[in-house]
Amino acid sequence: MIEVTDMTVRYGGVTSLDALTVTFDKGICGLIGPNGAGKTTFFNVLSGFVRPTTGSVRAYGDDLLRLTHYRRARWGVRRTFQTEQAISELTVYDNVAMVSSSLRGAARRADVLGAIEFVGAGITPYAKVGSLTAGQRRLVEVARAAAAKPRLILLDEPAAGLPDEETVHLTSVIRAIPGHTGALTILVDHDMSLVSAVCETTTVLDFGKMIASGPTAAVLRDPQVMSAYLGTAEV
Amino acid sequence: MLETTPGAAPDTALTSRRLLLRPEQPAQLSVAVVLVAFVLFALPFLMNGYYTGYMTLVAIYAVVALGLGLLVGRVGLYSLGQGAVVQVGAWTGARLLFATSQPFPIVLIEAGLVTMAIGILIGLPALRMRGLYLALITLMFAGAITVILATVNFPNGGGGFTGYNGNFSHIPPIRRPSIAGSDPAYFRYAVVVAIVMFILVYAHLITRPGRAWAAIRQSEPAALAAGINIWFYKLWAFALASFITGVAGAVLAGQARYLYSINFTTQDSIILLAVVLMGGAYSLWGAVVAALLQQLLPAWLQSLGVSYAWLTIVFGVGVLQVLTTAPRGLADQFPKDMRKLGGLLWRLARRGAGAGRGPGSAPAAPASSARSGGAA
Repeated sequence: MIEVTDMTVRYGGVTSLDALTVTFDKGICGLIGPNGAGKTTFFNVLSGFVRPTTGSVRAYGDDLLRLTHYRRARWGVRRTFQTEQAISELTVYDNVAMVSSSLRGAARRADVLGAIEFVGAGITPYAKVGSLTAGQRRLVEVARAAAAKPRLILLDEPAAGLPDEETVHLTSVIRAIPGHTGALTILVDHDMSLVSAVCETTTVLDFGKMIASGPTAAVLRDPQVMSAYLGTAEV
Repeated sequence: MLETTPGAAPDTALTSRRLLLRPEQPAQLSVAVVLVAFVLFALPFLMNGYYTGYMTLVAIYAVVALGLGLLVGRVGLYSLGQGAVVQVGAWTGARLLFATSQPFPIVLIEAGLVTMAIGILIGLPALRMRGLYLALITLMFAGAITVILATVNFPNGGGGFTGYNGNFSHIPPIRRPSIAGSDPAYFRYAVVVAIVMFILVYAHLITRPGRAWAAIRQSEPAALAAGINIWFYKLWAFALASFITGVAGAVLAGQARYLYSINFTTQDSIILLAVVLMGGAYSLWGAVVAALLQQLLPAWLQSLGVSYAWLTIVFGVGVLQVLTTAPRGLADQFPKDMRKLGGLLWRLARRGAGAGRGPGSAPAAPASSARSGGAA
């Protein structure tokens, strides 16, 4: 459970997040909104890349903003990026083992191999990431997020640019994340079929403010969301 | 292809064994072992005194190039001050060899540690800079060290902190290890030290620091998100590079036997970066190629009566050439070119044997070429 209170982020004269107050409870929560709504900024604040002007984040009782970014990873924050960031010269194993972990020795190795096995798709631990397909590299990032006991996983448009059959597999992997890791997962994506397939609840941002939040099906039918996010009623 | 196969749970022991072996390495490892055996047991008998001296310098500068390659290739730090770091190691090594009767390997480690401490001191502010600014700061550091050492001089067996004796008669040479007094023996000694340093760096590359460096180089955001303390690992790279360069400097002190600051120019630091880029900053082999370019090539040209001053121009053109056509350096490009040449010769041979069986469509693998030729 994470509670964000009164969060404001300004870049010069642009207000990216405007006194945002939102709560993410458990499972997989969707975060949607038009371009420039502040979704990635919100992720950047949670993972420590951006310091908000005002506001607080309480995650499972801890004040997340007090931790520097690499300590947040140790605390259990994981994220993937809009552009895939698997390290191509390392093996799959090393890409996943890169993440800070409190585990050592055989337990750690088992944890890393378990995360790689979890994402499936025939990815072998000793393959060089540079030799994998775009979809497999995405999954390596997901495996990295699922390793070393995560508590909060932020997925930033994981399905962007993937062919349909790889999106189908990715969808099943994302849906299994909370059961496999126990982590609260927040998913940003423009693919509404993915969002409605995996997210129990969905929050909608527009111009840095929350305009709707609740069960995904209800939120997507909300006329205000349709006009703000989808632009017209034709979808 | 995208099916998860729950039945095929990876056997942990098997997988970890495979991880240790890493498929592409047995060939490289055996080449390295053969080469090392040749260099240690055959080469000293094949070289005259002139080349023994220069090959010792190659072994020493391979370690220096390895350190610089670590900075450039692994964490993207361009240092123009490595020549000065060598000097710090050489000065410290020489001072300790005159002042104490400690075993040579201990002195090497101490010289490395002192150089590492100074490297960290330089690194702390320098790490806040990048690219051009870091290069400028390290170049100025190199200049400063050169000026300081020109003033205090290298130790020559005198007293006091500097160990310098203005009296030019009866200057004792810098001590060598008892098992490696002669030039060929010292050559072997330098090669063994270089191998130990290469193993030290390799051990870093295949474990946690190597992963962190690879992540930092490709994507600092991904490294941060994975909880890698970027600043710490950059400083670690700086410290490791300084350590091995310091050790190399101390080996250089034993090789030169008499050190003079006039022998270390700031230009050396710049040439060093050039040869590291040409040799290939991304592989361990690149460091060896860089050292051959920097030390053996001038020696060879000199023996032919060509002024090695020409090399500055050649290296300038060489860097341009490498950066435009082979950005990963000669160590990466040469095997690729050889494989291509091999493939070409193979195809020519096939065509010669098969006398006009139709044009080969230039496939990458000779085997598939053979099969398509047979089917045609």
